[in-house]
Amino acid sequence: MRPFDYTRAENVSDACAAAFAPEAQFIAGGTNLVDLMKLEVMAPGELVDINRLGLDRIEESDGGLRVGATVTNSDLAADARIRQDYPVLSRALLAGASGQLRNKATTGGNLLQRTRCPYFYDTDSACNKRSPGAGCAAIGGETRNHAILGTSEHCIALHPSDMAVAMRALDARIEVQPQDGPAKAYEMDRFYCLPGDTPHIETVLEPGDLITSVWLPAPKGTRQVYRKVRDRASYAFALVSVAAVIEMEEGRISHASVAFGGLAPMPWRDVEVDALLAGAEPSADLFDEAADILLQGAQPQEGTEFKLPLARRALRAVLEEATL
Amino acid sequence: MTLTLTVNGTERQLELDPRVTLLDALRVHLDLTGSKKGCDHGQCGACTVLVNGRRINSCLSLAVMHDGDEITTVEGLANGKPGELQQAFVEHDGFQCGYCTPGQLCSATGMLQELAEGWPSHVSETLEGEYGLTEAEISERMSGNICRCSCYPGINAAIRQAGERA
Repeated sequence: MRPFDYTRAENVSDACAAAFAPEAQFIAGGTNLVDLMKLEVMAPGELVDINRLGLDRIEESDGGLRVGATVTNSDLAADARIRQDYPVLSRALLAGASGQLRNKATTGGNLLQRTRCPYFYDTDSACNKRSPGAGCAAIGGETRNHAILGTSEHCIALHPSDMAVAMRALDARIEVQPQDGPAKAYEMDRFYCLPGDTPHIETVLEPGDLITSVWLPAPKGTRQVYRKVRDRASYAFALVSVAAVIEMEEGRISHASVAFGGLAPMPWRDVEVDALLAGAEPSADLFDEAADILLQGAQPQEGTEFKLPLARRALRAVLEEATL
Repeated sequence: MTLTLTVNGTERQLELDPRVTLLDALRVHLDLTGSKKGCDHGQCGACTVLVNGRRINSCLSLAVMHDGDEITTVEGLANGKPGELQQAFVEHDGFQCGYCTPGQLCSATGMLQELAEGWPSHVSETLEGEYGLTEAEISERMSGNICRCSCYPGINAAIRQAGERA
């Protein structure tokens, strides 16, 4: 690990000011960052510890729930209000990582875990995310846990979060305190950046911007399902995951928001899929059409072609369960 | 940097580089070598300790971030003689080489507490109510601890016995 300075911030404005410095990074749970620092994939010159800012509460607010940035994944999954009203989020969190990691990993950190692939971790391989302009060893290389949607010729890494997929289906809003100026809030599709020709830039956050909380609006559907398909029964990233928030009225789907993990460089959602489902009567044909729309722009590698039928079947299974 | 950890009930002052992980602080600086370094990347669970009662991977956490925290390692689980859980591991052959065992014991201790608090798991049928000590629940909740000797049946049975007697 490269040397760095360590600062424990006492309040949000001090934290933002400290992290405005070049080479500075916030640290919360550290489960992804410390790992990457050990491998020297990341080498921040300064770490700003945000664990003692009081951002560890879940509060009812504006008709929804405001989840502090340092609420751990365990506490969020076990919260009675989340289990009751946002079960898709509890399920997604419980499907992710291990008990030890969930006890340390935080809400903000989970969102900001690096979009990544094995070549990003291997400092002997070319990686545009690690060294912009170096090339991408994954394209044409060994692929499996890679994205097939939203990729570019420069990067096919994926965002491996389960939590963020459920939050995307729940229309979560990410609340950010900039180093100077008023607080900002982002819809998730405006928060993450697709790789394009700058795969090293993963979000819109500027230096000194601190995620303070995630706001969950009142759920728009009571039928919530999270399904994760992976290579082993536990403690593995999703090959494909689907989060669905559905409401039914008189045999028709009155609301549908469906988000996907394991497929893209960000928690994925396709407004055309949601629009097709809204107002429609559930059927196998409808679900197939939804999969057609979802996958029409997919660009798999040889090692990720299996994700096309897998995503189709996972989507169909989730929609069947949610509309039953 | 100067920091204070309460380790197994004893307050310890340390002067550490911020790069030192909690695991290395325990093993190298406090000579508590019970916690093991397996993968050193949070994947195997051999380094599991309890911090303020919760199990974490000590290899992925910087010691300086734990100033003021209470740490329990495998050395602190028993008071002079093996505790209920440790005894159950012996009775059920919950190990072969033993390298993962300190992490298994700390993890199981934290996991049984999580169960007592009513936390659901990925394999729980509902998100409400109490969760039993079934084989599936124990396996899922212990998936962050790898045993390369593959003593999982014994580990699972030992945890179940200790949990049922608690």
